[in-house]
Amino acid sequence: MIKKFDKKDEESGSGSNPFQHLEKSAVLQEARIFNETPINPRRCLHILTKIIYLLNQGEHFGTMEATEAFFAMTRLFQSNDQTLRRMCYLTIKEMANISEDVIIVTSSLTKDMTGKEDVYRGPAIRALCRITDTTMLQAIERYMKQAIVDKVPSVSSSALVSSLHMVKMSYDVVKRWVNEAQEAASSDNIMVQYHALGLLYHLRKNDRLAVSKMLNKFTKSGLKSPFAYCMLIRIASKLLEETEAGHDSPLFDFIESCLRNKHEMVVYEAASAIVHMPNCTARELAPAVSVLQLFCSSPKAALRYAAVRTLNKVAMKHPSAVTACNLDLENLITDSNRSIATLAITTLLKTGSESSVDRLMKQISSFVSEISDEFKVVVVQAISALCQKYPRKHSVMMNFLSNMLRDDGGFEYKRAIVDCIISIIEENPESKETGLAHLCEFIEDCEHTVLATKILHLLGKEGPRTPSPSKYIRFIFNRVVLESEAVRAAAVSALAKFGAQNDDLLPSVLVLMQRCMMDSDDEVRDRATFYMNVLQQKQKALNAAYIFNGLSVSVPGLEKSLHQYTLEPTEKPFDMKSVPLANTPITEQKTEFAPVATSKLPEKPGPTRQDIYQEQLAAIPEFQGLGSLFKTSEAVQLTEAETEYVVRCVKHTFARHMVFQFDCTNTLNDQLLQKVMVQMEPSEAYEVLHYVPAANLPYSQPGSCYSLVRLPEDDPTAVSCTFSCTLKYLVKDCDPNTGEPDDDGYDDEYVLEDLEVTVADHIQKVLKPNFAAAWDEVGGDFEKEETFALASVRTLDEAVGNIISFLGMQPCERSDKVPENKNSHILFLAGGCLQGNTNRSGTRLVSLMAHVLSNLLNVDHGNTELLLSFMENSFLFLEISK
Amino acid sequence: MFPLEPSLYTVKAVLILDNDGERLYAKYYDDTYPSVKEQKAFEKNIFSKTHRTDSEIALLEGLTVVYKSNIDLFFYVVGSSHENEVRSLAVLNCLFDSLSQMLRKNVERRALLENMEGLFLAVDEIVDGGVILESDPQQVVHRVALRGEDVPYSEQTVTQVSTTALVTSFISAYYIVQCGSCTITLFTLYSPET
Repeated sequence: MIKKFDKKDEESGSGSNPFQHLEKSAVLQEARIFNETPINPRRCLHILTKIIYLLNQGEHFGTMEATEAFFAMTRLFQSNDQTLRRMCYLTIKEMANISEDVIIVTSSLTKDMTGKEDVYRGPAIRALCRITDTTMLQAIERYMKQAIVDKVPSVSSSALVSSLHMVKMSYDVVKRWVNEAQEAASSDNIMVQYHALGLLYHLRKNDRLAVSKMLNKFTKSGLKSPFAYCMLIRIASKLLEETEAGHDSPLFDFIESCLRNKHEMVVYEAASAIVHMPNCTARELAPAVSVLQLFCSSPKAALRYAAVRTLNKVAMKHPSAVTACNLDLENLITDSNRSIATLAITTLLKTGSESSVDRLMKQISSFVSEISDEFKVVVVQAISALCQKYPRKHSVMMNFLSNMLRDDGGFEYKRAIVDCIISIIEENPESKETGLAHLCEFIEDCEHTVLATKILHLLGKEGPRTPSPSKYIRFIFNRVVLESEAVRAAAVSALAKFGAQNDDLLPSVLVLMQRCMMDSDDEVRDRATFYMNVLQQKQKALNAAYIFNGLSVSVPGLEKSLHQYTLEPTEKPFDMKSVPLANTPITEQKTEFAPVATSKLPEKPGPTRQDIYQEQLAAIPEFQGLGSLFKTSEAVQLTEAETEYVVRCVKHTFARHMVFQFDCTNTLNDQLLQKVMVQMEPSEAYEVLHYVPAANLPYSQPGSCYSLVRLPEDDPTAVSCTFSCTLKYLVKDCDPNTGEPDDDGYDDEYVLEDLEVTVADHIQKVLKPNFAAAWDEVGGDFEKEETFALASVRTLDEAVGNIISFLGMQPCERSDKVPENKNSHILFLAGGCLQGNTNRSGTRLVSLMAHVLSNLLNVDHGNTELLLSFMENSFLFLEISK
Repeated sequence: MFPLEPSLYTVKAVLILDNDGERLYAKYYDDTYPSVKEQKAFEKNIFSKTHRTDSEIALLEGLTVVYKSNIDLFFYVVGSSHENEVRSLAVLNCLFDSLSQMLRKNVERRALLENMEGLFLAVDEIVDGGVILESDPQQVVHRVALRGEDVPYSEQTVTQVSTTALVTSFISAYYIVQCGSCTITLFTLYSPET
């Protein structure tokens, strides 16, 4: 067998890469010379380089061949060639996971790490720790301890970093090296300081007290290493956030002092830490902003980028704090690094005045095609924020967005644009038609099913209410003809909404529907048939219930109820009312600029918080037979944050009972609490039936105890009640280090803050997308009208906010937003009341509302008037006037 | 999300690509891109976004990438987007300056390929498993401690000459003849002067 390697081969192709056409089998063949005596260091070195090169290119080595090469390589330890030995260490590390029996080199490596050659020692330690497991680690523990405190920095650093790698695997062993690490931290070498600090923090991070002591020591001692300073700043800001300490804390002073450090790295880290702190006032931000301003004119692109990115974050919360930097930011608009230019413009969009918007938008559209999708998303977010700030500019923005929508771009980018357009439409009724037109154009050629269905849903919701709804029908029906199943189904639903709302369009919609009934897909056909039949009835109530407002129950809850129903053979039909209502998801304001890699996973609709609680409660024998969970409240703090015991309460409402869940945390490390329960004294006719204590409450591990309370049956208006609460428990002193408790204990108690049950605990939020339809559906039987005067509130905004939070109902159709300069406002609220006693719920709720409102609103002659109508099943319609 | 857990693990990857975007060196320190396929796709994306502009820093796929190019080489240090950009830059500069010293200011593809072992050892001294091990190029060069290359030919044995020739690719062609368990390698040598 003859292989010929011709010089010409190498020179042709892209330059001369001696590694270009390496074949794994040929290289492994060459590795046989490792066995020759005497060892030829140069050739062996070259072959090891080839092997590592191949591994680096992602070549796959089988276990057999890797093991063979590895064993041959071990012979090279006989040579004293320095570079060759170092390459052996590298090969060991690279092959640690693919070859078998790598531990046979342990003794050679141990010899090198304790030997005289300083050049070998560090790398040998790192290679050794790479192949060591927990049991072997104990054998070399002595050497590791010595190495950590070695006076040669490379040895000490290697030992510290390797220890850090091994914490994951053998925490208990590495924990014993704390004293050595402590000693290393006072080394003169900057990297050793950094590595020692990193290891110490990692070993202690679960012990807040130890971390705070460590910080205290190092912030005073004055480290030399800028890397270590960055680490200290991160630790300090984390601790500040966890302890919620105020900004007068010495930790904050430390971070602020780092703004005057001589290393840019440290200064930037400190500025960034301050900017990211929650609740920073403009005055506290000022020094950080001014150093960032200096960085804006740095010759280093990375520093300019870092500075403008951080300023961009400041601008989200405190635009005024950044105004001082506007001039510097203007200079960055034309930066050759497009990332910097984009960030500068988006920052200016947040801080600048309304007049500069047009100019900036022009500037940005000149290079928008050159920047990466991540930054395009940033631009869109900035525009979205801008539209909220300057509603009058929406036409400029809408144009810009529609141009961007036509350009190429990934899903995230398109989704950001569509979301932005939708939010503009919702904020500005006058932009609705142009916005919908742009979106219609977009779905004509849209490859993203999710976006197409979303837009179709929006068209169904908004389209029928525009002056000329007929023009949307064509766009929607095009989808039925051209798209995939999911989009076709969404288009059918949208069509149905047009038919239901616009009588003159109904005949044409019915014709189109007829065609959809011939679709090849089951779902599309089913929907078309269903809507067809509903529409043909021409009944408002049916339309409202089945076309405008879909199911309002929680889907996991429905699944569970149906499963339960199939388990028990019964004559009764399934009762939809026994299914818990869906929680309206709390729409969070996304202010964080975070195109993060982790968001790659598609979001799955997990079980809601309430479903999780329901599961937990069902597991407790005392709470069986309470029925399904109706509502779970937000947690209420019953103690101050920094007390011995931290208790918060979650209220669970059932049909006739309430369960109070107390989540307790013991913050004293020398105490073990047992038989923990919260005794409750009700002020009204509520009756405490049962306590479920928490058996053990060791230090810093949260535990829960429960109380079961029966709701008063006779008095429908007795919804609110105040409980005075006392925490009762058995204390056992214990050793703070081991957690071993003494045998004897004593009873003790701790007074908690009062707990209130309010009307909001009895009402579940329900979102009705089409409020008017839902209102008509109920009919006027339960309607009741009363007028109240709001004494204490001054503005409409305040009144709306108070009413919503007090009643705990869901505002519909964005009616919680009060337009400016109006004297009256109509607020639509929807909510469901306790199921189970449905026969009474209507009347009960109406009287309940009247009762609580008259209490709440302090009937008095104020300057705001409230006119409301009550409906069965708790649709509430309020007109507030000033 | 912020502040992130303070940690020494700050480097996600160190990459060196040539001016065709081909990987010359790539070391990934965590599981952001677990398979070779994903890594190569990432490298392709990085290269396409950075090879035309010399602007030092970019945000890609949610990661901060600091980079530097020289003649026909592209050096990249990749960190999380919450990472201190200045610190990543320190790593990049350390890598570049170390190589520059080791290659006697001759930082280009060919010289690098002839000194791959030096590159491997240098990166190993700068970053270990995602932790910055050293940031001073002097220290790195000192620790890599590559032997001097210029031993005169007259002092070398015949085998050394031929292997040196192999390394510096003075060979016009060579044949591997295999018979049974023996391998005989035949070299045809030529001198660049002739």
